[in-house]
Amino acid sequence: MALRLVGAVTAALKLVDLTVSYDRHPAVHHVSAEIPAAEMTAIVGPNGAGKSSLLKALMGLAPRIEGRIECSARRIAYLPQQAEIDRSFPISVLDTVLLGRWSRFGAFGKAAKVDVHDAQHAIEAVGLSGFERRPIDTLSVGQFQRVLFARLLLQDADLVLLDEPFAAIDAKTVGDLMALIRRWRSEKRTVVAVLHDLDQVRHDFPNSLLLARELVDSGPTARVLSSENLLRARAMAEAWDDQAGACEMPLRKTA
Amino acid sequence: MYDLLIAPFVDFGFMKRALVASLCLSIGGSSIGVFLILRRLSLMGDALAHALLPGAALGFLLGGLSLPAMSLGGFLAGITTALVSGAIARFTSMREDASFAAAYLTALALGVLIVSLRGSAVDLMNILFGAILAVDDQAMFLIAGTTTVTLVGLAAIYRPLVVECFNPGFLAAMGVKGALYHYLFLGLAVLNMVAAFQALGTLMALGLMLLPAVASSFWSREVWSMTAIAAPMAFLSGAIGLLVSFHAGLPSGPVIVLVASLFFLASLLFGSRASVRARLSQPAHLRG
Repeated sequence: MALRLVGAVTAALKLVDLTVSYDRHPAVHHVSAEIPAAEMTAIVGPNGAGKSSLLKALMGLAPRIEGRIECSARRIAYLPQQAEIDRSFPISVLDTVLLGRWSRFGAFGKAAKVDVHDAQHAIEAVGLSGFERRPIDTLSVGQFQRVLFARLLLQDADLVLLDEPFAAIDAKTVGDLMALIRRWRSEKRTVVAVLHDLDQVRHDFPNSLLLARELVDSGPTARVLSSENLLRARAMAEAWDDQAGACEMPLRKTA
Repeated sequence: MYDLLIAPFVDFGFMKRALVASLCLSIGGSSIGVFLILRRLSLMGDALAHALLPGAALGFLLGGLSLPAMSLGGFLAGITTALVSGAIARFTSMREDASFAAAYLTALALGVLIVSLRGSAVDLMNILFGAILAVDDQAMFLIAGTTTVTLVGLAAIYRPLVVECFNPGFLAAMGVKGALYHYLFLGLAVLNMVAAFQALGTLMALGLMLLPAVASSFWSREVWSMTAIAAPMAFLSGAIGLLVSFHAGLPSGPVIVLVASLFFLASLLFGSRASVRARLSQPAHLRG
């Protein structure tokens, strides 16, 4: 099951009956939805609702998926949760950011002058000028998140997936990083972000997808985040049964 | 002074070879050691070194005290252990450190049993604790060849290995198989253990790899500078250890490793970062 490239669709992503499971336990269960291109979409839902698993599936990093993902993006960038990175590893800010150009120089090529130049620009754009030589273990959580955003800038992707980009980040940094995200939209890039702050979603993200393992609703944020939908999501989360038997719902067989 | 420090290496061929052997082991092994630490694999590496024993013992059983047979056996046993433990961890919910521990205990018991089937206690001691003074030309070629392969190999896989260490998810997102580089690295590590095994034995093969690498982490915090500090430290441990064992008539393997331990202890106490001294003499904090 791989990502499929489909030309000429207005949706950047189309999920068709998608199920992602770990050890047979579904984290995302029979979800069908469309994510519009060149738009900002928030993925919202209670803890354990499968938000991160959905992003992992989109990146092809989930162990087992059923159903189908149709993707019209040529290049995808992914911001993982910070816990997935060993921040004590001795590597400099500049080297970390330069990795954003991996697709250009790969495992063995040399970073060109222009790559280093662009990396320095990206570091400047996230407000970390002068930090190039600093090892990443001397940075605060907020500063390190800025480094990861600089790496995203260098990746120059048309689909950007952000997994809880603002967890444990102060308001000033959130403001700066939101400005970058808005710039991506004006550059016609598609942004999909897992978020917990509903006020922020209502304020900044025109489009939302409410998840509670199953899809509650997706579409314009004002409609999706109605109190009725949020109540339903919470009720579904409370009803989760981890001892459930095999799912009876037939799976559509796909290549 | 000359008699004390230089003469032993000039007058005796076995001391000369032992010195060159420890130079080679230091250069290749310390870079492997630094990565073992950064990957939090130090104890797993130790387990892997013990796991060479049944292979070496089987080589000994079939070919007697022949270096090629024992080295090949040891190499195959090490690679098998690494792959099997990795596979167990991947396909079951057992953590990799636990599966490594299980594998190496099995291997060690099996190895001691096989050696005792045919060899004497002296043979067993040689295999367990090594004999750097008995390094011959054949062993020299093996050790020097290993160093060459290690340096070239590490240079080739350096970037993916570093990214696999600190952000494996990113590597996967780039479509790179991180596990491949992980196993290539383990392969190089096993190769170095095989080379060190003739000199220091299976029980202490990691001594010259890990102790200087750990010590270097008290002085610097970059992959290259840690290696640059660890390698000379390892070589000095080898040279000093050889001299002490020569003059005092002590077994060379343990003395070398103990000198490396002294370097570690000194770094722990007096190193420039995260050391006891750095902890105690906290200078006034900066103004902002």
